[in-house]
Amino acid sequence: MKLSFLYPEFQVIRDESKCIQCEVCVRQCAFGVHTYDKDEKKVTSDNLKCVGCHRCATLCPTQALIISRYPQDFRENYNWRKDVIRDIFKQSESGGVLLTSMGCDKEYPIYWDKLLLDASQVTNPSIDPLREPMELRTYLGNKPEKLEFSVKNNSQATVNYKLLTKLSPQLELETPIMFSAMSYGSISYNVCLALAQAAKILGIYYNTGEGGLHKDLYKFGKNTIVQVASGRFGVHSDYLNVAAAIEIKIGQGAKPGIGGHLPGEKVSKEISETRMIPEGTDAISPAPHHDIYSIEDLSQLIFALKEATCYTKPIIVKIAAVHNSASIASGMVRAGADIIALDGVRGGTGAAPTRIRDNVGIPIELALASVDERLRKEGIRHRASIVIAGGIRNSADVVKAIALGADAVYIATSALIACGCHLCQKCYTGKCNWGIATQDPYLMKRINPDIATERLVNLIHAWSLEIKEMLGGMGINAIESLRGNRLRLRGIGLTDTELKLLGVKPAGESL
Amino acid sequence: MNRIEPHIPGGCSVAGILNEKKGFIKGEQIIKMITVMHERSNGLGGGFAGWGIYPDNKDDWCFHLFFDNEKSREFTEEYLKHDYEIMKKEEIPTRKVKVIDKRPLIWRYFLRINREKKNEFYELTEEDIVMNSVMKINEEFEGAFVVSSGKNMGVFKGVGYPEDIAEFYRIDDYQAYLWIAHGRFPTNTPGWWGGAHPFGLLNWALVHNGEISSYGTNKRYLEGFGYRLMLQTDSEAILYLFDLLLRKHNLPFEIACMALAPLLWDEIERMNEEEKQLLKAIRMVYGSALINGPSSLILGYKNGMLGLNDRIKLRPLIAGRKDDLFYLSSEECGIREICPEPDKIWAPKAGEPAIGELKL
Amino acid sequence: MKRIYIKEEYCMGCRLCEIHCLVAHSKSKKIIKAYKEEFPRALPRLIVEQKGPFSFALQCRHCEDAPCIKACLTGAMHREKKTGIVSCNQDKCIGCWMCIMVCPFGVILRDIKEKKVATKCDLCPDEDIPVCVAKCPNEALVYEEK
Repeated sequence: MKLSFLYPEFQVIRDESKCIQCEVCVRQCAFGVHTYDKDEKKVTSDNLKCVGCHRCATLCPTQALIISRYPQDFRENYNWRKDVIRDIFKQSESGGVLLTSMGCDKEYPIYWDKLLLDASQVTNPSIDPLREPMELRTYLGNKPEKLEFSVKNNSQATVNYKLLTKLSPQLELETPIMFSAMSYGSISYNVCLALAQAAKILGIYYNTGEGGLHKDLYKFGKNTIVQVASGRFGVHSDYLNVAAAIEIKIGQGAKPGIGGHLPGEKVSKEISETRMIPEGTDAISPAPHHDIYSIEDLSQLIFALKEATCYTKPIIVKIAAVHNSASIASGMVRAGADIIALDGVRGGTGAAPTRIRDNVGIPIELALASVDERLRKEGIRHRASIVIAGGIRNSADVVKAIALGADAVYIATSALIACGCHLCQKCYTGKCNWGIATQDPYLMKRINPDIATERLVNLIHAWSLEIKEMLGGMGINAIESLRGNRLRLRGIGLTDTELKLLGVKPAGESL
Repeated sequence: MNRIEPHIPGGCSVAGILNEKKGFIKGEQIIKMITVMHERSNGLGGGFAGWGIYPDNKDDWCFHLFFDNEKSREFTEEYLKHDYEIMKKEEIPTRKVKVIDKRPLIWRYFLRINREKKNEFYELTEEDIVMNSVMKINEEFEGAFVVSSGKNMGVFKGVGYPEDIAEFYRIDDYQAYLWIAHGRFPTNTPGWWGGAHPFGLLNWALVHNGEISSYGTNKRYLEGFGYRLMLQTDSEAILYLFDLLLRKHNLPFEIACMALAPLLWDEIERMNEEEKQLLKAIRMVYGSALINGPSSLILGYKNGMLGLNDRIKLRPLIAGRKDDLFYLSSEECGIREICPEPDKIWAPKAGEPAIGELKL
Repeated sequence: MKRIYIKEEYCMGCRLCEIHCLVAHSKSKKIIKAYKEEFPRALPRLIVEQKGPFSFALQCRHCEDAPCIKACLTGAMHREKKTGIVSCNQDKCIGCWMCIMVCPFGVILRDIKEKKVATKCDLCPDEDIPVCVAKCPNEALVYEEK
């Protein structure tokens, strides 16, 4: 057996005075870190296996466990960091592509944290959201440039006009937040159910991702966005027609340029039925859609889907945020997309090659600013709504996103954290101790869909209240007055170029 | 023009009188209305707009212009000669008023669109041509500013209390079938006459009391239709919204007001199906035109006058009627000052327009 | 009468219910003391049955027609009139284990560390809801009337 250079990443610090040898940690760790030694009558831990998911520490009834970084120190080397060296050790052992999960964790700038919001004082009163109406309702879809009316000549009517223009189908959201695409397969059925239930309660939508739609979730169709990705998993006529909208996934922020990846270990019988693939096979989506090699092919697919659903549902096209997002978005709108979804470099995933996740794509803030500006310059901004994704962490990020120009945001990592995810980045192993990113029947039970639904509803509800507070502080009582209102943002610690790209003024400058 | 000032929010006074039978109203009436509300201004801006004041040149486009100096006037006149026929040009007659010292050159030009130029512009209407000229002069010509650009109407404004501005421009010499007026209370010190209200474009003029928190959104929306907002004032944005909705999109007045000051979703949900869909559609399509933030405004146009509040009425506006006259004012005292016993006097509801129109 | 029911699809076999039941029936009612300092250790009154990924917690059903009450020689096993809880009077219990033999669920335990008595789930009469229900991290145990 060859020597492995890999040493533990985390250590389990057990407070022996508190440990009651109850073995809960032993039972709860799918990675086999803890074992009960019968002779010594003690629980012992193998640090090498620990991934830092905190399951044992959270469930321990006496809080006897602390998970901390394993303090193996290298000589300081700014260039050859610990993680860089470790990756080389791994690859020399495996000979393979390094896999990881969730979103890019590298130290690239986070522009949300460099943008500040305005508040109204004296000359313009701020509004108290607890006492005054504060409207967050949002409609996503293609809007006409103007409306046409005819006079009704009915003095009894409140409104004496008849609307002549027919509107394209729209998605109606009670708050500008939706659950982003997470495929059934990358996450467990119970989490999908919780997302669907929460979307229904909140009056928003959730996205099936490229895993198809489980038959038991068809009843949530009115709150479902179904995805048509490059692998076309689970795509058939009922799937398309039960949904409220259809999303063509060209790319995702976590891995621009490549397709989805579901390891064979996670393809159980139910997954196999839903995705329409053999059990146990790897589900690797092709990099491009093999019927979309240029923009006119995209237009063909968009209209094929519109025909298949009799033009009753908006079509979303999702791309990763890359260098020429603005041009691509403009093309997409002209190709017939009703909603553009942009996914930034911080977007999460169930499995992706580490190098792609960490090095490909751009931050969503910059992509959003340039897409919104370009569509406005071309006079086509009204033809599609913009939804952004990729590391939206709290309600302030949502408000800033809308001020930059987004119509709504998609969240996924935040939603999973609400359900229990601790971002250990081991989803690709299928051994999620929280029961989220796994198909193991023993582990899946750990997500009680009722509890998860409640947590998701709480999260979105809390964010909506905070958004209302921030809007009220700015003297705005309807979210459409914040959309694209970059004058209510100021940049702090940004270079001139970044300020220009984002279209915001530096903090300290008045209007 | 030297544009030095940042965005100046307003707490102000607004007033308007319309004779619905197109009878003439003496200038002193509007002066009285706005003067009695003196406390609402702070002397840093005042202005008037009148319709029907140039009966002898009623078919010509009348540009009121500010010039920093003679050089900019000549430059502008050269440009105007190119696109228009200048029927008449003169300095606007003024009186010397002690408190008004720094003032630009103030001229008025009566113009007809040069026929040759008109054919060059294919599908552009006369209004579009005039609007393009106005935007061009305001944006590109150093030291020149178009104050108003309508037919048989004009805007008179500057830095000073409204009563002083009235004295300066000899408003009492004029008669109009429609007057609107404004007194300003900005919180910065402007030096620039162009920033005062009313804001005029084509046959529209607007006076506004308020500060719109949706300014950034409205501005970007308008820029998408080719409007260039250069003044950093809310009035400019609001007037362009009216121009867009009423003139370019041909929306009826009530619909345009529903877009600018829409009902709440709760209220819309309680309406019958047809009306619900109509109001939803308006909010969906014209969401970026919504005026958020405290606002009461008076829009004057060739055929009438419209008063409107923001959707939760955070600024005052009173309307009144007597015989053929329709009044709008920030405060009731403005109306009662010239009409002690109106037939009807009321406070329009939030988001509901009060409209007076010529009945001929 | 409210009873404890299990939703086996949510039971993850962590056995925290056993731990908290033990603590609730210990002398100190404090978890570390109950485990490390009390001898003999208290008994948990519920059992988690497990096979592969399937597991569930099982405790006394407080049957309406309780065989253990019928089988009890001394009348120690009885039903509390007010609450309906089937309870063992440990002063009367002689440890004959007839109740254990007739219980169809196998949820009665032999408590032989001090005295020799039968012990089982008592629905935590001193608490608002039974401790196992309150402490289940996945809400797999519910306390309700059916």
